[in-house]
Amino acid sequence: MNIGVIAPLVIFLVAIFAIGLISSRKMESDKGFLQNYFLGGRELGGFVLAMTMVATYGSASSFLGGPGTAYTVGFGWVLLAMTQVVTGYFVLLILGKKFAILARKYNAVTMIDFLKVRYNSPAVAILSAIAIIIFLFSAMTAQWVGGGRLIESLTGLQYTSALFIFAISVLVYVVIGGFRAVAVTDAVQGAIMVIGTLILLVGVIIAGGGVPAIMQDLLNENPRLVTPFGADGSLTAAYVSSFWILVGVGVVALPQMAVRAMSYKNSRSMHRALVIGTIVTGFIMLNMHLIGIFARPVLPGIDVGDKVIPLLALEVLPPWLAGIVLAAPMAAIMSTVDSLLLLVSSAIVKDVYLNFIKPDAKEKTVKWLSFGVTGILGIIVFLLALQPPELLIFLNLFSFGGLEAAFIWPVVMGLYWKYGNKYGAIASMITGMVSYIALHYYNEAFGNLLGVHTVTFPIVFSFVAYIAFSLLIKKKEFLF
Amino acid sequence: MVNKSNTDWRFKIAHREALIGVVLAIFNFIWWFGFAYGLGSRPVEEYTYVLGLPAWFFYSCVVGFILISILVIIIAKFFLTEVPFEEEEEEL
Repeated sequence: MNIGVIAPLVIFLVAIFAIGLISSRKMESDKGFLQNYFLGGRELGGFVLAMTMVATYGSASSFLGGPGTAYTVGFGWVLLAMTQVVTGYFVLLILGKKFAILARKYNAVTMIDFLKVRYNSPAVAILSAIAIIIFLFSAMTAQWVGGGRLIESLTGLQYTSALFIFAISVLVYVVIGGFRAVAVTDAVQGAIMVIGTLILLVGVIIAGGGVPAIMQDLLNENPRLVTPFGADGSLTAAYVSSFWILVGVGVVALPQMAVRAMSYKNSRSMHRALVIGTIVTGFIMLNMHLIGIFARPVLPGIDVGDKVIPLLALEVLPPWLAGIVLAAPMAAIMSTVDSLLLLVSSAIVKDVYLNFIKPDAKEKTVKWLSFGVTGILGIIVFLLALQPPELLIFLNLFSFGGLEAAFIWPVVMGLYWKYGNKYGAIASMITGMVSYIALHYYNEAFGNLLGVHTVTFPIVFSFVAYIAFSLLIKKKEFLF
Repeated sequence: MVNKSNTDWRFKIAHREALIGVVLAIFNFIWWFGFAYGLGSRPVEEYTYVLGLPAWFFYSCVVGFILISILVIIIAKFFLTEVPFEEEEEEL
């Protein structure tokens, strides 16, 4: 236990609560509960939009798992991590103004709302809701494990109590505050991530005796650490490049990103968010992963990757500063978890209950149902996270890939190709999900097919399925 | 077709901007891949270093990131068009 480290963290958590509460007061405005709770009334400005996208996307894997892997693998993993810079501009430019305009026209609150109107099909909606609930659930669990572990390593508490603290902190402000609270706290958390990254980078470079000295240490230990091919030479160009799909352009199809692309106020917010988002994503990804490598000579012999960053901060920084810096991964995890929680809850309340069970439910019922579902979901994830799976980062990537394979073409082609129809969308989603899961197990058993990440082929298959079924069954032009 | 006149004028702008996004991503990939594997595939003994970092990494990731940021700023300033999102805003 170290009071000097814990105090700044506690202050951070309290501040986040306060922001959540203040934002929820503002929720009593005019646009109706659903729009406000799940979308913040479509009023996000450029800075908050950019930060909420970065913070939602930058999760436990960018602050703990990723740098931890860079520590073991070397520069090859930083190269891989840099494929994520593209998300800063790609999501907003591709979904772009057309998505924002159509979402308003269709009165869509979730990505599923958009798909339902675009394809005029309840089947598409229900299939999407299932995909979101299954895959985001596993992503969320992975993040909770990360949050629990982090508190555990900082405070020395048992994992169970650590996880409990984490769960309570997240639940309180998500349940009360809704999307606006989440987006606003994301902005604060994003800022903390940037500052924390910068402090830790400076700290580790000083501790290592400057960049050239660190590089010399790495070369002496294993020259492959400074090549793009990984410590054991196993990172091939094809494999690393396939991450352009998984964590780069494919991110367009993640529901937690898409919902943000319909939440901004006007085109000026979007233009600002493009610039801020790109710079902040790149800054955090580049530097956090560099910190992971630089930690190797400073703090050799760590075998659990997730612990590299917490241990490093405690080693190279004065305690109070370590507390502030470690609020960054904490912020990253919390902001990812809260948006996922809200999204799964919206899939259940909005997309399943209101669409299929009781379309004429009263606003009050919907309100209490939203709070209730969000709360219950949180408790279920807590119970799942009690038995933590070992490799956080891969669980997280599994769910990303599955969602991307399912949604990328129904969303992107649905926006830009007038012949896309519901048969194409359904075929594409099923093909994407089934082939992703099948290929995942094939790759586990026999090594990656053609040396690329699992996500690559399912995205190709689901594209073919989308085009083929749209053209073959009831081909018809869609009027936007 | 009959409905050509109904096509929202804003979509034309949106389509152009999506295309900009695709082109920028392709450029970004080529830059990233070219420097990383072009310079990085040499034997380690022949590596050169910039600011202490291996040259392949410096050009691919550090310079690449800065360059992309500048391009995004230029695009946001000069190539993107402001359009209203709500129907009522049209008069503004």
